[in-house]
Amino acid sequence: MATIYIDNKPYVVKDRQNLLQVCLSLGFDLPYFCWHPAMHSVGACRQCAVKLFRDEKDTRGKIIMACMTLAKDGIRISIDDPEAKKFRAGITEFLMTCHPHDCPVCDEGGECHLQDMTVMTGHTYRGYRFRKRTHRNQYLGPFLHHEMNRCIACYRCVRFYCDYAGGRDLNAFQCGNRVYFGRHEDGVLENIFSGNLAEVCPTGVFTDKTFRRHYTRKWDLQTAPSVCVHCALGCNTIPGERYGTLRRIHNRYNGEVNGYFLCDRGRYGYEFVNGNRRIRGPLLRGPGGGEARPCTRGEALSRMEEALHTPGRLIGIGSPRASLESNFALRTLVGKDRFFSGVSERERKLSAAALEILQRGPARTPSLHEIRRADAVFIIGEDVTNTAPIMALTLLQLVPCKKVALARSLQIEPWDDMSFREAIQQECAPLYIASAAPTGLDDEATRVYHATPDDVARLAFAVAHVLESGVPGMEGLPENVSGLAGEIACALKEAERPLVISGIGGGSLSMIEGAAAISRALRSVCGKGELSFLFPECNSMGLALMGGRSLAEAREVLREGDADTLVILENDLFIRDAKPAVEELLKSAQHIIVVDHTHNRTSERAELVLPASTFAEGSGTLVNSEGRAQRFYRVFVPDGDIRESWRWIQDMISISGRGEAAGWKVLDDIAGAMAREMPEFEAVTRIAPPADFRISGEKIPRQPHRASGRTAMHAHTDVHEPMPSDDLDSPLAFTMEGYGGQAPPALIPRFWSPGWNSVQAVNKFQQEIAGPLKGGDPGQRLIEPAEGVKSASPDKIPEAEGLRPGEWLLVPLYHTFGTEEMSVLSSSVAERVPAPYLALCPEDALSLGIGEGEAAELIASGEAQQRIRVRYLKGLPRGVAGLPVSLPGVGMIDLPQKVSLVIPAKTADTGKV
Amino acid sequence: MRLPPAGNYGVTIGFGSCGIAAGADAVLRKFREEIARLKLPARVDATGCIGMCHREVLVELVSPDGRSFLYGEVTPDRATRIIDEHLVKGHPVREWLVADENKRLESLPYFAKQKKIVLRNCGFVNPEEIADYIQRGGYTALRAILRNGDPDAVIETVASSGLRGRGGGGFPTGKKWRLTRDAKGAPKYFICNADEGDPGAFMDRSVLEGDPHSVLEGMIIAAFAIGASEGYFYVRAEYPLAVKRLRKALSQAGKKGFLGKNILGSGFSFTVSLMEGAGAFVCGEETALIKSLQGERGMPRLRPPFPAVSGLWGKPTCINNVETLASVPWIIQSGASDYAAIGTQTSKGTKVFALAGKIARGGLVEVPMGITIREIIEDIGGGSGTRLPIKAIQIGGPSGGCLPRSLFDTPIDYESLQRSGAIMGSGGMIVLDESSCMVDIARYFLAFTQNESCGKCTFCRIGTKRMLEILERITQGKGHMEDLDLIEELAGKVKIASLCGLGQTAPNPVLTTLRFFRDEYEAHIRDHRCPAKKCKALIRYAIDSSRCVGCGACVRACPAGAISGEKKQAHRINPDVCTRCGLCVETCKFDAIATE
Repeated sequence: MATIYIDNKPYVVKDRQNLLQVCLSLGFDLPYFCWHPAMHSVGACRQCAVKLFRDEKDTRGKIIMACMTLAKDGIRISIDDPEAKKFRAGITEFLMTCHPHDCPVCDEGGECHLQDMTVMTGHTYRGYRFRKRTHRNQYLGPFLHHEMNRCIACYRCVRFYCDYAGGRDLNAFQCGNRVYFGRHEDGVLENIFSGNLAEVCPTGVFTDKTFRRHYTRKWDLQTAPSVCVHCALGCNTIPGERYGTLRRIHNRYNGEVNGYFLCDRGRYGYEFVNGNRRIRGPLLRGPGGGEARPCTRGEALSRMEEALHTPGRLIGIGSPRASLESNFALRTLVGKDRFFSGVSERERKLSAAALEILQRGPARTPSLHEIRRADAVFIIGEDVTNTAPIMALTLLQLVPCKKVALARSLQIEPWDDMSFREAIQQECAPLYIASAAPTGLDDEATRVYHATPDDVARLAFAVAHVLESGVPGMEGLPENVSGLAGEIACALKEAERPLVISGIGGGSLSMIEGAAAISRALRSVCGKGELSFLFPECNSMGLALMGGRSLAEAREVLREGDADTLVILENDLFIRDAKPAVEELLKSAQHIIVVDHTHNRTSERAELVLPASTFAEGSGTLVNSEGRAQRFYRVFVPDGDIRESWRWIQDMISISGRGEAAGWKVLDDIAGAMAREMPEFEAVTRIAPPADFRISGEKIPRQPHRASGRTAMHAHTDVHEPMPSDDLDSPLAFTMEGYGGQAPPALIPRFWSPGWNSVQAVNKFQQEIAGPLKGGDPGQRLIEPAEGVKSASPDKIPEAEGLRPGEWLLVPLYHTFGTEEMSVLSSSVAERVPAPYLALCPEDALSLGIGEGEAAELIASGEAQQRIRVRYLKGLPRGVAGLPVSLPGVGMIDLPQKVSLVIPAKTADTGKV
Repeated sequence: MRLPPAGNYGVTIGFGSCGIAAGADAVLRKFREEIARLKLPARVDATGCIGMCHREVLVELVSPDGRSFLYGEVTPDRATRIIDEHLVKGHPVREWLVADENKRLESLPYFAKQKKIVLRNCGFVNPEEIADYIQRGGYTALRAILRNGDPDAVIETVASSGLRGRGGGGFPTGKKWRLTRDAKGAPKYFICNADEGDPGAFMDRSVLEGDPHSVLEGMIIAAFAIGASEGYFYVRAEYPLAVKRLRKALSQAGKKGFLGKNILGSGFSFTVSLMEGAGAFVCGEETALIKSLQGERGMPRLRPPFPAVSGLWGKPTCINNVETLASVPWIIQSGASDYAAIGTQTSKGTKVFALAGKIARGGLVEVPMGITIREIIEDIGGGSGTRLPIKAIQIGGPSGGCLPRSLFDTPIDYESLQRSGAIMGSGGMIVLDESSCMVDIARYFLAFTQNESCGKCTFCRIGTKRMLEILERITQGKGHMEDLDLIEELAGKVKIASLCGLGQTAPNPVLTTLRFFRDEYEAHIRDHRCPAKKCKALIRYAIDSSRCVGCGACVRACPAGAISGEKKQAHRINPDVCTRCGLCVETCKFDAIATE
């Protein structure tokens, strides 16, 4: 710890930080632009100037930049010094010279860091006469709007985009006062984290393009704490609503999870909530199928009663995208043995295996924050960039500990960004990737290994054997593979915090077991190492914890006549299983009830469709890949009969004449019931303050105190201001009245603090800059490895299975934009979704005589033949073909599996050499 | 120069950029053609700039008996006569001679006060022939230090010679080498900064064009001293001749075993690559240069870490300027004490200046430190090159300042110049006469730095822009007296708030002109008058009817059609139409057009 003096008052602060960070952590309002808590200092804007004094006798002092100065023990500075204040106002005056006065029509207005800092420095009128410089704006794709005239050249955008997120198509051009930030030519920004520029840019150069389509000032948005539903990482978000439509998603800082950034899928996938495929009221369909007709709630309930009249004839299919509470309600309705998990058989098995490994230990599953500190990583079979983008962004920031030490020996602190990058030469921590298909992180990896899933698993086991015994434990391993195994083992062993990442995405149990074997070996030999498994969807982990039988078994139960009524919770079965199997399942049920928020092929088959809320209209709990349960809250009250799924199911339970759900008045009640029934969910009751929580007797308002128009918004229908809806489930209110101070971390509806209207207000909510939120980061971990269990089960090493001539191993490919079911319904994301394709390595394609863009017939067992265009994919192993998972237009195939390919025009068979 | 084969004449033509610009190419062709046609026993050769740029094209003739004759301002026509009279008949053409054995070069006023160390070979060797350089003692210093095998001794020699960085910063070279040698990390890199970008400066270019091997030898010695294994020349792409000659020098040195693996059997290995800069002035700043070399946008960063600790690719790197390196072989050969004997207490050795502007004898001069500005201007340069007296000099390029006549007794050393408000800089010295408007000069240099700012620091990016706008307004007669306070305040902020030298020194031309020529600023603002009659918005042309003969030449020359009048009657200029281009003044043979 160091003692520093600010305006002659002593403060004890952490060692080795820069003065700006220290001052902000202490709560001072020191303006800045180029500095960013995640991207640190470069000293470009000169806005954070303070006066430095040699000692207490020094009265003259000199101007220094706080962000570039180490807060050494005994250092004396002044923030209030008149010269420093004048200097800071002078900087703002300069930055404002070419900034257009378009705040009233600027999207950033009201949450603009430049506005805040201008007010903070006290600059008002400028003393120069000049002509403003102007720039041309660029088209940057569906996500971001570009308005270069507003630029104050803080360089944050390129630093985020290139240095932090690894992007290549945004840069600084020109020099002097003409410096320009953009692409070399108009075009779509390729990086999947580009949307963060809207938050990173301190003013309105990069703004959210989707938000522009239904723009609302920040102060008019009704917001609530939420959790992203577009992958399994559970990034914390702040969705904003007005007039019943969801307007945008902003990042919600959570020190343990997403920190400052979101991926573009998470930021822009929200539009499905406003989409025209939403189910907005109950629908009934006659026995013969056909068009469903809207009905009243009463009609719906009576049809429900008919369907549920015979007890014990009911089965339920849960969903990895529905909340824990909704899944639990369904499980309560149908009973534990008649609850089916609603994912493919392969996914169910892999999830269960991964969960068991994590529960058994000894390796612990790390949070994203803990992953940030890893210094050697081995990824097995998972395309992290495309299945869990923010984890990939985290992995891009890893720096080997010895490099940090080296930099420090040169007197360079990691916060001195430009020098630090210079010193470490962008060298990342060792990152090894073994997978069947190329992944988005391949370019950043130390070494990559592409082979069939079995061979990847064999490499993993070989690494485990090297760790344990020093030699790769399998005969017949090619020399290059055993060499690689040695190298990986060595890197993991040498690291202080090695990390193994695998997941469900590779579709291979042996890969998961291989990852587990390495982490066990690391733990038993070196006593370190963490293990992270990526799950596919926002509540896949929660569903795995809840259990449930497979879809194949559901089919079996129906076929044998043990049930005739099917309740499907927020699930499109056609993306879970092959089409013929789903058809069989649906056909063998007499009654199908679907509770969902969006129409899909499954809801089209239901006789009763009940409108469920999305994440934005309901509250609930999701469990992320780390095993962290997190609460999302209703952002706005939807029109009509849209309700949380569990409330519909609660009705079903009551209609069936049963009393289990009678006590479920509010969300806390069902969560409590779940915790009592399944002790693994005990912590869920502690993830957020209960519904009756009040501060000074008040609820926490979802609307900012500046929200406008509530007396006028509904005046066209009724001149009386409507009573605000009440929210029984949470301590949050749908009004602007209530407690005005900082809410507990799980309940923070927005980041705002006096003088800080932009996203940077988060500074005021943290215990220290870039540290945990005051009161602790929200969420509760549900999985901790069992103590003292040391598994010594001999690892079964998979045999490498060869391919017969004419046989192809089809493996899954993932796309940030395209793989996830809900986000593709968002029009902006849809623009980025690739056309369906089948990937072949160029060598294989050549030997097949098929050119890029030509069609091939794909024949998988139990599946209809699909015709699909071929795309060359370098790095795919010979004999392996790739198929994008869940991409619109690609039929569901259980992957990986062996398939055959036919080239239609040339009739020649799959003549693979 | 190399002696021609016995019985032959040697003809050497000045083939620096200055010579080529003056027409050396045609002269060379002429000599070649004529000598071939007449089958004369003579050999034609090229050399670099000898420094007398004002007399180019220079041609040196060495007769078979070893006597040397230097001709100045040679044209192809004059070449014919020189060949005819001198080569064929043996009678030198006296009226074009610059120097011969009676009027020795060293005794010319231009050379008398110079001390040639860096430029010791320029004009005397063919820069494309390593043999010439070796003949004049080249690479003996390298041989000596490699034989000795003691890097520390080399650093000690350079340190005690007092050599300081000639790029402008003046950091002690020995100390820099010591820091890099002591830094942990391998490999180490050595970079020669040849990104000379100041307007009016051409020292490094001339050295590279005239004597590339001396720079290269200095670099190899430096690399040996710091333990570098790889080196880079970072040269302006706008210096094609320097690049070409340097490439040639690299290949020749490689063939002779001065570069590459196991140099001269010493076990020391060093390779050098050449990289051409893309024209950004800021890339002359060392951290920006490194960025550029790494293929990134050239932007300076805060030091520490200094490149000596973490430079190119994060490794210890030493960066020296061309002139610094060219001094090194001389220091090794002649000894540190000989070098330290030249100059002042704190500034040792010599400094090369590019003498340009309104000077009688412009060119490249190398002077001992401690010489006064007056000696350079008047004794070496011969005073004003126009009818008007000299008003000031601009020294140090865009980072330097303007010094008035009253300060011409300032000695040339780092500290004295700094005290005067200017800086040593890399060696541009522009002479200004009474026709130069000091506000306009300040505006010109500021426009340069403003344009070349990388755009990182706010004050450098925007502050210089605002300063420039104020200066532009003043030169247009639209300034206010408060502008002077504002511009001074701005200049102070730009100085303290910029990260690199470019921004920190950018206000110098403004500050020095404000300090020494405030009256000119005030005349522009208060009286709407440009004392030097330079600023277009503030001048008017008028025809003196007593002198005008009505020839009509000005009417034909005026592009704006502003002049009217009957033939043989005095003409008139319509000031509302006149664009102040000045063509009429140049055209009038009767000095009838006055500037008001």
